[in-house]
Amino acid sequence: MGKELRETIKEITYKHLKKNKSQVFGQNLTGVGWVAGTLPKLYEKDGVIELPMADVAGGGIVTGSALMGRKPIYIIRYQGYNWFNCIFIVNYACKSNAIWKIPCPMIIRGIASEGSIGPVAGSAHLSVIYKMPGIKIFSPMTNKEYINVYKKFTKSKDVFYISEHRQSYSNTKEFKNEIKGKKDLILMPISVTRFEAEKAKNILEKRGLKVGIIHLVNLKPFTLEKRWITAIKKSKSGVLMTDNDYNDGILRTLAHQIIEKTNKNVSVLGLDDRTAGHHKKVDNLPPDQFQIIKKAISIIKRSK
Amino acid sequence: MINYNKKNFLLDVFKKASICRHFENEVFKRVSGKEINFPVYLSAGQEYAPATIAQIAQQKKIKPLIFGQHRGHSIFLSFGGNIIKLIKELKGKKDGCTYGMGGSLSIHSTQINMYGHDGFMGSNACIGTGACFSSNKPTVIFIGDAALEEDYVLASLSWVSKKKLPILFVVDDNNYAVLTKKEERRDWNAKELAKAFKIEAHDIKDEPKNILQSINKNLFKKPMLVNIHTNRIFWHAGAGKDQEKVFDRYLQQKKQLGSKAETIDVQTKKKIRLLWAKN
Repeated sequence: MGKELRETIKEITYKHLKKNKSQVFGQNLTGVGWVAGTLPKLYEKDGVIELPMADVAGGGIVTGSALMGRKPIYIIRYQGYNWFNCIFIVNYACKSNAIWKIPCPMIIRGIASEGSIGPVAGSAHLSVIYKMPGIKIFSPMTNKEYINVYKKFTKSKDVFYISEHRQSYSNTKEFKNEIKGKKDLILMPISVTRFEAEKAKNILEKRGLKVGIIHLVNLKPFTLEKRWITAIKKSKSGVLMTDNDYNDGILRTLAHQIIEKTNKNVSVLGLDDRTAGHHKKVDNLPPDQFQIIKKAISIIKRSK
Repeated sequence: MINYNKKNFLLDVFKKASICRHFENEVFKRVSGKEINFPVYLSAGQEYAPATIAQIAQQKKIKPLIFGQHRGHSIFLSFGGNIIKLIKELKGKKDGCTYGMGGSLSIHSTQINMYGHDGFMGSNACIGTGACFSSNKPTVIFIGDAALEEDYVLASLSWVSKKKLPILFVVDDNNYAVLTKKEERRDWNAKELAKAFKIEAHDIKDEPKNILQSINKNLFKKPMLVNIHTNRIFWHAGAGKDQEKVFDRYLQQKKQLGSKAETIDVQTKKKIRLLWAKN
């Protein structure tokens, strides 16, 4: 058994606190599973700070800490709380270097999750902050990816938003892009949909289709590697992007960039454009392998 | 505690207030003449709060972190911010105090530990609280009576009290939220509110003696809030007057302090006019 991602996050956090004398802020940190086992069992004297249950103020307090150069980590336990928690981060911390030449570096760990937890706590909510200048957004789902993002942060003066997903915490595997040769379709999944996209790819290939996959980790700034562009241009039917946020958010923003660079069809499959309820019958979940397969086949058929 | 020499203290505060007043008068002219075309928030009439607090901090040899908001020219100048750089900032120049990016609202100065404001009224309460918590440095947070109503300001007060942070909250109470009076907005006052959070609180006029007596003993030893009643001379933003006759602390102090203050007033006015003309 390899190391679970939760262990890697815990180790990174521990080192960050001890080596950099930094601080971790959030609500309900010191207990209730220690943020799904991703937080070392430390307290205020060690730099793990319980914020008051005042979501808007909390983001401001962390911004103040970052302004003092402490490079804090801010844990947002449900990404839907970005609406409250990130107001001062995106409007102050992210702009501080541009306006005042005072960097305000911090990591935000925004945790997404799904399944009968309603319209706010459920799914990813990156789109609300995506448009703001000065923020860097990543969505690592594996150990190596997370370590790479953290290494970048240590050399950076920027605000890093790490979009996590509870389902990834037990992950021990790494993902690999596969774009060799001429593909029928290339999948470009984000966040938790990467797990389902891998399954979908395998099934589609067993059915004789040539399906590539490009795992998206660096969401902002978003750059398309040359070999990706080449592979997409070569493909028969273009790209299918998947995510656990709404279609009318970063999915379409990124899709537009890909279309501009490749002039190929790019389809998106995220959350339905409707509010989630709490019962599973009325939930709004990210696409699973079967939905991805169905959509992929319809795209390929349409372009024949 | 400050070894309080009333006359000297009052004159020192007056010097700072005089710089603020004449600076704002010069800005007023340029806003009226459309030489400055973006929203400008003039602090004339309200200069006595920052001028007095800056003088107290100076005499105590404390250089606090300063978090102001939109009506901040007097904060900047009272604490010793570079006046030429502020003039250049208001003229949109790259060598302004905020590199031509700050306008009137978002000015800052690393030299005096004054941090810029983003435009959300009262955001500086949370950000200043976090800065104080993580640095343990004495901190002054200036907000208005309207910003005090922001929920996140209340949450900051609560946490400051819990963590016993060395913060002075200064509520510059001019009674207005743009043009809506306090009595139309709430039925509580700042002092009662702060006391509910177990914060030492004072509700006073902007007389320097009052301010000194209220904050001198426990300044930066524990959390404190001082609600200072002031009178805004000019509009919320831009060049205009809400009413012709308002009580003017600056003029009252000038009269009370006599010839020395008269001289300071005349000399400062001349000096600031020249600085505006030259830069």
